Amino acid sequence: MRTKVRTIHTPDVSKRQEVLLFEATVPAGFPSPAADYEEDKLVLNKHLVKHPAATFFVRVAGDSMIGAGIHAGDLLVVDRSLEPRNKSVVIAVVNGELTVKRFRIHNNKITLEPENESYCALEITEDTRFEVWGVVTSVIHKL
Amino acid sequence: MKQIFALVDCNNFYASCERVFNPKLEGRPVVVLSNNDGCVVARSNEAKALGIGMGVPAFEVADIIRKNHVEVFSSNYALYADMSSRVMETLSAFTPDIEIYSIDEAFLNLAGFGCSWTDYGRKIRRTVRKWTGMPVTVGIARTKTLAKIANKIAKKSAGANGVLDLTDSAYLNKALVQTPVEKVWTVGIKTAIKLKRVGIKTALELRDADVGWIRRKFGVVGARTVYELRGNCCYRLERNPPLKKSIMVSRTFAKPVESLEKLKEAAASYAARAGEKLRQENLAAGVMTVFVTTSRFIKKSYFNSHTVLFDVATNNTIELIQNACASIERLYRKGAAFKKCGVVLGGLVPENRIQRNLFDNVDREKCARLMRTIDAVNAGSNCPLRWAAEGINQTWKLKFQRRSRRYTTHWDELLEVA
Repeated sequence: MRTKVRTIHTPDVSKRQEVLLFEATVPAGFPSPAADYEEDKLVLNKHLVKHPAATFFVRVAGDSMIGAGIHAGDLLVVDRSLEPRNKSVVIAVVNGELTVKRFRIHNNKITLEPENESYCALEITEDTRFEVWGVVTSVIHKL
Repeated sequence: MKQIFALVDCNNFYASCERVFNPKLEGRPVVVLSNNDGCVVARSNEAKALGIGMGVPAFEVADIIRKNHVEVFSSNYALYADMSSRVMETLSAFTPDIEIYSIDEAFLNLAGFGCSWTDYGRKIRRTVRKWTGMPVTVGIARTKTLAKIANKIAKKSAGANGVLDLTDSAYLNKALVQTPVEKVWTVGIKTAIKLKRVGIKTALELRDADVGWIRRKFGVVGARTVYELRGNCCYRLERNPPLKKSIMVSRTFAKPVESLEKLKEAAASYAARAGEKLRQENLAAGVMTVFVTTSRFIKKSYFNSHTVLFDVATNNTIELIQNACASIERLYRKGAAFKKCGVVLGGLVPENRIQRNLFDNVDREKCARLMRTIDAVNAGSNCPLRWAAEGINQTWKLKFQRRSRRYTTHWDELLEVA
């Protein structure tokens, strides 16, 4: 069977009708009254790290700081940009060795104190090669 | 406004990175070896003083290393890249105008900071040292070329204490006299030889040369160098680094590879790594070249490469690996002991501006989803997903026997402190 073409209709393009395209589904219901109050989620990293370029994570070995709640295997957040204050917990370099201790300054004398009775405090003298590597700002302890 | 450039350059960058996490190395000779543990690529000042040259093969200096207890490290690029970004981030707090020039150097524009440049330079140096542990040297001048010279002199001079300001400095001529012409930025070795032939041996003599003559002989780049030495700024900061032109992944093998299977594994592994890099930068490649080479020093040395044009630019690892392996099939030669192979991706375009092909029958959306998923799984430190084509044992893979820990990028390699 043959099909005959009788007429060809051309579309009328003289008029334009704009139609908005909705890509999202429209929920049938009351809009959430909370949407207006939405805030950013809490990000732990931002909370713990104030100076990313100067912040390093360090793993604890040993139990010399157990009294300060710092246990072997814990993670320390160390900020190098901070100045140590009296009683800050610091990472220090003592004669080439790295150590975590409490920094005490009294009458211009610096001592590094452990928080465990089986260890001794270390007084920094003129002969000690000493430097504060960074200030510990948080301890992350897994339970 | 007149420009003021500071070139901040890390001192012995790789060796200094090692020292930050290993303070015992302070004052001791330290060298870092290239990827293959083959050549010396970084030296501490103490190692330089022992006469260990840059780029020398490690075996040539083995005696010096043993006798002087030189500390030797394999390259730890993960650590160096992270330390570099920390230094650059710290520097960007000092000026909004910064150009990261290389892994260990940045140009800063200090124009508009109304203060003593030397004091500002000292503050930069102190801060970078404190925040990141990295010692840096700062050279300050009216042009990039002069800032480079200021930096070099500051490194050597004990009196400069790491900072040298050559803007309007009475010391400028003296600095130019003691700078050999081949050490001037943009002057290559060939140009330096030609300059010396006509009696131009120092930066000062180049500065005072006839610009017209230099321009005729050495083109516009040569003339610019003369102007820059005169304090007329020709090179501004490049703040929008041009798009990458190519991505290369290549490694020397642990020992020469003769089997086709192993060579394919290596090429597949490099192709996979190159694909990751592409996707990290949201790029796709239009061309891939695979090359293989034996040692240059053996009798039947062999080098060859093969290039594939993709119908549609791609960053799909499956496609990259298939083509890399096909290229290796063509390049392989029985009996040849291959020392190195590599994958180079070119014709890079942003992945959202790929020119599609009418006859393309690959489901690219689906592939992109797969790549995104794999990248997400591998985002951690130990990359659990690997392509089967990369092989299991990877006997060809280099061992970084003397690599220090990746202290800042791997949870299980953190610095340990008691």
